[in-house]
Amino acid sequence: MSFLPYAAAAWLFLVGLWGVVSSTNLVRAVLSLTVVQSSTYLVLLGIGFRSGAKAPVVADIPQSSRLVDPVVQVLVLTDVVIEATVTALLLALVVQAHKRFGSLDPADLRILRD
Amino acid sequence: MTRRARLALFALAGPAFAAVLVIGLHGLPTFGDYHGVYGLLVNRIEPRLRHATDIVTALNFDIRAFDTLGEEFILFTSVSGVALLLRRLRVADEHAERSRGTEDHRFAGASAGVRMSSLLLIPLLIALGGYVVLHGALTPGGGFQGGVVMAAGPLAVLVAGRYLIMKHLAPEWLLEAADSAGAAGYVLMGVGGLIFTGVLLKNFLPLGTPGELLSAGMMPLNSIAVGLEVTGAFLLVWTEFLDQALITTGGEEG
Repeated sequence: MSFLPYAAAAWLFLVGLWGVVSSTNLVRAVLSLTVVQSSTYLVLLGIGFRSGAKAPVVADIPQSSRLVDPVVQVLVLTDVVIEATVTALLLALVVQAHKRFGSLDPADLRILRD
Repeated sequence: MTRRARLALFALAGPAFAAVLVIGLHGLPTFGDYHGVYGLLVNRIEPRLRHATDIVTALNFDIRAFDTLGEEFILFTSVSGVALLLRRLRVADEHAERSRGTEDHRFAGASAGVRMSSLLLIPLLIALGGYVVLHGALTPGGGFQGGVVMAAGPLAVLVAGRYLIMKHLAPEWLLEAADSAGAAGYVLMGVGGLIFTGVLLKNFLPLGTPGELLSAGMMPLNSIAVGLEVTGAFLLVWTEFLDQALITTGGEEG
């Protein structure tokens, strides 16, 4: 039908990657990584969509309704949890780096440069 | 690598990667025309076999129950990791924090309007979070989603500029206990499945009437366990980070 959802996912991935590469601030790099990760939500939800189908919740619609794929939606849930934990861990490392080097610029991480 | 070299490398590799990405994504099923078998099967059998009306939660706590176990422990481990990383830093500055018993930190100073709105938000957030957790098997939601909303409740105390009261209401030992009890509760229910049905994490409770609060077997209990863990985990992470911010202010002021 349309390539637009996938194109948007590819765009999010690349924009996020650009953010990681071009960051002069570690917090910005971590947030850019979450942009990269959000492209995976779009890909997963895009794959599982069936045109004209409803959300896989049969609380007030008949069970025989045309429903979208629930498997990818569960994977997105896992994805979100992982993103939250990875972000928390990375930000903790950023706090460590700031304590140690007194700067948030990745170029100032002296151990990496040596 | 210098920043300029990084950018030059990206200028070369970025477009090439974009091309490969677009070619690869073209190989996926056309949008809106999905023919996966698993999803269709799950949509058909989960409401019938487990009496759950939210198929995503049913999948999460039934067919993918073992993956959810892993997911829970990923969360548990990474929260422990954050606490470990940040607490090591905190020890040296602990005395600076102790001497500051009054609310004069960088989060203080909310206006009366903000304080009033936060006061209204606290019960609403906790009630909404609890609702989302309990109705996980019925409507969109579940332990992970509701847990995050519930964790936002005590955070509203911080928005009101009363961080020390927030720490008093949700002390670290309580958050750690909630985090651990939630993770342990999920495991115990899994072991219950092993004992009563011979299969780890398999449902062993009566299924009830679809659409009722107490239905879908042990999914409401799973949801509560996960919700407890997520609430504790998120609040613990936030507390650790906010403590760092307090120390930083203390250091700047001398």
